[in-house]
Amino acid sequence: MQDVAQDGAVVSTRQIIDDVVVRFAGDSGDGMQLTGDQFTRTTAAQGNDLATFPDYPAEIRAPAGTLAGVSGFQVHFSSHHVRTPGDQPSVLVAMNPAALAANVKDLKTGGLIIVNTDKFGARDLEKADLTSNPLEDGSLDAYQVVPVQLSNLTKAAVQELGLNTKEADRCKNFFALGMTYWLFDRALDWTQNWIRTKFKAPYAEANLRALQAGYNYALTVELFHAGYEVPPAALKPGTYRNITGNQATALGLLVAAQKAGRPLFQGAYPITPASDILHLLATYKEFGVITFQAEDEIAAISATIGAAWGGAIAITSTSGPGLALKGEALGLGVIVELPMVVVDVQRGGPSTGLPTKTEQSDLFIALYGRHGDAPNPVIAAQTPGDCFHAAIDAVRIAVKYMTPVLLLTDGYLANGAAPWRLPDLDEIPEIPVSLADDPETFHPYERDPDTLARPWAIPGTPGLEHRIGGLEKADGSGNVSYDPDNHQKMTEIRRQKIARIAQDLDPVDVEGDSGGLLVVSWGGTFGAVRSAVTQARLAGTRCGHLHLRWLNPFPRGMAELFAGYDQILVPELNMGQLATVLRSTFLVDAKSYSKVQGKPFKVSELVARIQTMTSQA
Amino acid sequence: MSTVEDTPQYHKKDFMSDQTVRWCPGCGDYAILSQVQTVFADLGIPRHQFAVVSGIGCSSRFPYYMNTYGFHTIHGRAPAFATGLRLANPELSVWLVTGDGDGLSIGGNHLIHILRRNVDLQILMFNNRIYGLTKGQYSPTSEVGKRTKSSPMGSIDRPFMPCALAIGADGTFIARTADIFVKEQRALLKAAHRHKGTSFIEILQNCVIFNGGAFDDQTARKLRDEHCVFLENGKPMLYGSKDARKGLVIGDDYRIGSIDIHTPEDEARVLVHHQTNLAMATLLTRIGTDDGLPTAMGIMYHMQAPVYEREVYAQIETAQARPGSGNLHKALVGKNPWTVQG
Ligand code: SF4
Repeated sequence: MQDVAQDGAVVSTRQIIDDVVVRFAGDSGDGMQLTGDQFTRTTAAQGNDLATFPDYPAEIRAPAGTLAGVSGFQVHFSSHHVRTPGDQPSVLVAMNPAALAANVKDLKTGGLIIVNTDKFGARDLEKADLTSNPLEDGSLDAYQVVPVQLSNLTKAAVQELGLNTKEADRCKNFFALGMTYWLFDRALDWTQNWIRTKFKAPYAEANLRALQAGYNYALTVELFHAGYEVPPAALKPGTYRNITGNQATALGLLVAAQKAGRPLFQGAYPITPASDILHLLATYKEFGVITFQAEDEIAAISATIGAAWGGAIAITSTSGPGLALKGEALGLGVIVELPMVVVDVQRGGPSTGLPTKTEQSDLFIALYGRHGDAPNPVIAAQTPGDCFHAAIDAVRIAVKYMTPVLLLTDGYLANGAAPWRLPDLDEIPEIPVSLADDPETFHPYERDPDTLARPWAIPGTPGLEHRIGGLEKADGSGNVSYDPDNHQKMTEIRRQKIARIAQDLDPVDVEGDSGGLLVVSWGGTFGAVRSAVTQARLAGTRCGHLHLRWLNPFPRGMAELFAGYDQILVPELNMGQLATVLRSTFLVDAKSYSKVQGKPFKVSELVARIQTMTSQA
Repeated sequence: MSTVEDTPQYHKKDFMSDQTVRWCPGCGDYAILSQVQTVFADLGIPRHQFAVVSGIGCSSRFPYYMNTYGFHTIHGRAPAFATGLRLANPELSVWLVTGDGDGLSIGGNHLIHILRRNVDLQILMFNNRIYGLTKGQYSPTSEVGKRTKSSPMGSIDRPFMPCALAIGADGTFIARTADIFVKEQRALLKAAHRHKGTSFIEILQNCVIFNGGAFDDQTARKLRDEHCVFLENGKPMLYGSKDARKGLVIGDDYRIGSIDIHTPEDEARVLVHHQTNLAMATLLTRIGTDDGLPTAMGIMYHMQAPVYEREVYAQIETAQARPGSGNLHKALVGKNPWTVQG
């Protein structure tokens, strides 16, 4: 394909490629998340499949120009199916020396660096802890460096608009975006429309001019050896949107409540990276959604349990430290056997840990983090879009089995975006809710013989007045009981009830070989592990991939499945939590591969580990 | 909602559950249970519309003894449970039973927040100035110097005054009574029920086992006239025995004082109680401790403020009234969908 400048001259030839990873990096104040988001939306609208990885510091505004303040946004887009945000970017946009220094080591050899040379003064280098200028000291020789006077060019582009220096400088991210739009043949209109609705008069015009100027600059100055074209992916026909895990979780909960015909109640306390679920549900008042921003995490779950008693589809969302605070109330949820969903958007821990980074280290607390014998079903979402379906499944099981359900997502899924094909709402089955209403037959702790669920009896129902609470309940009547045999019986029933959920789950499903090495994963590592197993198999390794959606109970057939493999590898973004559970549950030699750097697995890391393990066998 | 006509005529026994009451013999909780059951029968509300929510402690066993919907939750968090319940089901008449340990110590945070939000329910705080269920440690309302198992040399914690805390947290209905004040207690329970918003009633409650007689000054027949001023809205704050009448006055230093009443002129100096006067109510919540003044009984403060659940539902109604609202497909599609053709 050829690119035509306004005067009609052919300026360059586009090279067709099918897979690109771009990373935008700058100061927290440089608008990198916004820039990445715009690139993502435009790219999605252009028909590529994609995955994103926003990576930002915990501080809202760390000192400008420092390594601590570097904010990044990685987009992987392709003409094929995309499962991960990509191991290594081939293009890096670096707005200052700190962004360059922090990110260049991730770049592919020979990769392209678009760098803002206006920010490389002695003071700027010092702020980034650099002793020499990487643009001059040869340290970038392995890359193609495209030096751009981003600040000055942007200033010139918006000159006539009367903005002060600082305001003009703020537009430089759009200049950079415009350059990348030319580089990958993206249309400007989507971002142009967005700018018009988002900014007030002089700023909208300034950003529009910066965007166009960046595009024209790349086009006319022939900065790049070639422009690229990434043809659309062959996506399944349908209506698509970009969706983050948090958006999908919120929508899933909304749809689940509608399918159950009950109001949705959310009790929540702000916490990174879960707050967006609260923000989004707070905008759904038109569906009767009640969001309650509680005074703390404990109040959030307590109000949730109160609302569950009152007949709502009740959910609370949090992250690790919040889940720890909710533990006692969750124990009550288990003993009073009311339906509710607790969403844990996992982040690096313990304590405040790495609040903006991803991790899978809450599996143990989700499975075991309560006093007493208090089993809870646990489900984990595997992609941003899957958060929608996982949320619906969680509500369905909570209502059917009258139990709290823990839904695990993570920072990577929550903030990462991917194109999502809209489900057909009519195809999502109803969630049957049967409320007790017959005083003649009602016993608060009488159970459904199939599910062992007790009845859901809502205050306000005539004739069903009864008491529930934290004290052990007598089987059937629900009266307070200190009888030793009754406690044994009730504890066993509570465990059996959760175990019976397995009857509702899909049987184990392995992708790949039915012998050799079995790679077992759960949650947000799905894409990376599936890609790695696919690559390893193409390279001749005999291996299969089991991805677990439910962590409690496990689907049926796990022990039989494990027996067919020589080795088991469990890659996790924690110190081996699922591996430990598998070892103790199935007495198998599950080997843990753990990574706890606040970042997802790279496909290449996983392939290497698979190959090491199989070559040693 | 049920109308008055189809509400059955209830008696106190209709609100007694079949569970054996297990408080210690002589515990003040019995008297309170009896008044609440009596009053519930009188409120004209169908029994299934009552929900009693509690935390943990002796007082919090209360729901088990009421033949209504009841929820015995976890320590200190009853206000949050009750808030969730009211939001999910705003038709219910919700009563929250707590104690000085449950409500002011472990649950202090939730108490202040339910008060500031003004959720429409009644809080009955049984104050016995001790931990009963855990067998006798000093509580957030125990007096300095109190010797208990956990304070063998005397407590050094400065105590809370529950009503002062409640008024500080912007409560809209603040009252006090004592377990054995039958008539006053019933009247207060009814007034609390009528109030739209959070009603807070501190009930001085005798823990005969671990802190017996803590409120003898206020409750013993011979002493109470001297130690309590029973507030009536719009009436002068008089107290004392028939032959030694006293009244509350305000000094130039804005402190409340007491005068002996001998003449009509004396009587004219006595302060008149106005429930809506925040400054006066704030002073009234604090008198009666080592200051030679009587303890205020009755409604100290009562004002109307927006009710939390109503505001929540008003926003929902506003959102639902917008044209095109409630389209689930639209919510799913978001702002920037695109179509991939087959
Ligand atoms: S310990 Fe005290 S408060 Fe508790 S039941 Fe006995 S007397 Fe009542």
